[in-house]
Amino acid sequence: MTPKVSGSGAASAAPGPSFSLHTIAAKLRDPYFWADWTVVFALVAAVLIFTALEPGNFMTAYNVNTILTASAVPAILALGQAFVIMTAGIDLSNAAVLTLGAVTFGWFFFRGYPLIWCMISAIIVGLIAGLINGLIIAQFKINDFIVTLGMLSLAQGVALVISNAKPVQVISPVLAQFAIGKIWVIPYLMILAFVLLLVCQFFLTQTKFGTHVLATGGNTDAARAMGVRTKAIKVSVYAISGTLAGVAAIVTISRIGAAEPAVNTAFLLNSVAAVVLGGVSLFGGRGNMIGPFVGAILLTMIINGLIVAGVPQYYQFIAIGLIVMVSAVLVRSAK
Amino acid sequence: MSEYAVACHNVSKAFGSVKALRDVSITAKAGEVTAIIGDNGAGKSTLIKIVAGVEQADSGHIDLFGQQVDFTNPEEARQAGIETVYQTLGLIEDLTIWQNLFLNREIVTGFGPIQLMNKRVMRQRSHEMLTALDVHIPSVRARVRGLSGGQRQAVAISRAAGWSSRVVIMDEPTAALGVRESAKVEELIERLKDKGLAVIVISHNFDQVVRLADRVWVMRQGRVIAELSQEELDAAQMVALITGAAKGDKLNESGDLDD
Ligand SMILES: Nc1ncnc2c1ncn2[C@@H]1O[C@H](COP(=O)(O)OP(=O)(O)O)[C@@H](O)[C@H]1O
Ligand SMILES: [Mg+2]
Repeated sequence: MTPKVSGSGAASAAPGPSFSLHTIAAKLRDPYFWADWTVVFALVAAVLIFTALEPGNFMTAYNVNTILTASAVPAILALGQAFVIMTAGIDLSNAAVLTLGAVTFGWFFFRGYPLIWCMISAIIVGLIAGLINGLIIAQFKINDFIVTLGMLSLAQGVALVISNAKPVQVISPVLAQFAIGKIWVIPYLMILAFVLLLVCQFFLTQTKFGTHVLATGGNTDAARAMGVRTKAIKVSVYAISGTLAGVAAIVTISRIGAAEPAVNTAFLLNSVAAVVLGGVSLFGGRGNMIGPFVGAILLTMIINGLIVAGVPQYYQFIAIGLIVMVSAVLVRSAK
Repeated sequence: MSEYAVACHNVSKAFGSVKALRDVSITAKAGEVTAIIGDNGAGKSTLIKIVAGVEQADSGHIDLFGQQVDFTNPEEARQAGIETVYQTLGLIEDLTIWQNLFLNREIVTGFGPIQLMNKRVMRQRSHEMLTALDVHIPSVRARVRGLSGGQRQAVAISRAAGWSSRVVIMDEPTAALGVRESAKVEELIERLKDKGLAVIVISHNFDQVVRLADRVWVMRQGRVIAELSQEELDAAQMVALITGAAKGDKLNESGDLDD
């Protein structure tokens, strides 16, 4: 195919309406369409398999509610991680920043500050940690791996210092009600995560910012040559990831009723895994938010399904590890 | 208004100890194709990067339609009507054609921080931009990754020409293309010229320069060594100038090259 720059131009292709057959056919031929939707098929497959294995236990209202509740934090973290990975970066500090946010929450709560202030403090701490990550990465052009690995240790250390390495009980009826509340089998926490998904997807697909995130990840030099403020974009995505880790800290506290100083590193691996499963390229430049969100639910469901099926808990690490490696290989070979 | 769209006056630029440009003065007129030729490392890319605001000159100045300009970044140059098609900094593969055409020029509607993109209008205009230059591509929704080299270059050139640009600069626009695709890009360049734009082209292809250019500037080791008008164009002569076998009329003014 070459551009027909000569001739009468009779064969011009008009930009058709959104739902023409031509558009649908084009979508089906687009390999990215399949990368985006694989995770949804995988989710359906996982549901069918676990339902077949454990007919009476898996698809119960109780268990579905359990899965969705446990999915909220991984899903929220995956949204932030997705923004970062779309710029070809990675945020290894999100789980530690979550812990730092939680401990900050606990510190203020223990000293009698109002709940709303405790919540805001967790979010602000997440935002600041993310800004520090982004500013160092963008301004000093230091490898994202090193910077966020440093932040992982830094946030963990500060969390231990602030908390004196002790958990703080957070007894708040409001938070506890929110954590157990549900509409039918859908927990409020998952509705919160879903609202965040809609906001992220909106910014990604409907605003200039979203296009610039993908442009920065796709080809930073080309984007900069077009005047895209690539540094500001990079700082923003780490700030978003940190902020969402702060939100995830509040969700965690509401679920367990305490601010714990220990870092759950499984959250970090799961967020990266969810993003890769969700069809976001690790090289940056492409992807959407729905895939990582569904990916996070899928991973949580697999862990839950293994537990329901009576598989010893340690095997979940093996399962997640295998899933990450296999999906990374699949994504790679799809290129 | 000045006779020249672009006039560089005694522009010099050094990268550390490398003197990339030494007292370079060239001009380009609107409605003409101006070619810059020279061996690798002659300073061609550096010169156009300065005109496009990507690099800043150490000394000398640039006039745009008679007005002195002093760009500190590419965006300022673009605001002033200078668009560039770079040798390497091209399109973004994973974005669609319309997203590339409107990158950082998005049409938005909205208020405050929520600026909604008007995708429908951007797609429509993208289609118009391409058809205005007689570039036919299946759909503006296609991703750049799936396009051929010629199609990409056509999109990049359409992007440069599609705005309120007055000067379009191209750094080796056909270097990566086959013969047929090059011919189509040359037709595009002619069309920009006919639209009254000042087109500045860096090229290594002397036959192409003979076909396209109204004026040619020959550079060697950071200096302009010759200015050739269309009637004087001759591939053998250009080769001689570039390699140093011929001396070049400008050389006497600026002295020996081997200083
Ligand atoms: N960013 C830079 N840093 C250091 N040296 C550079 C840079 N850009 C160009 N140069 C040097 O300046 C000289 C001219 O380069 P360039 O303008 O790219 O030449 P051309 O495009 O004619 O091949 C070369 O010696 C090149 O190595
Ligand atoms: Mg060059």
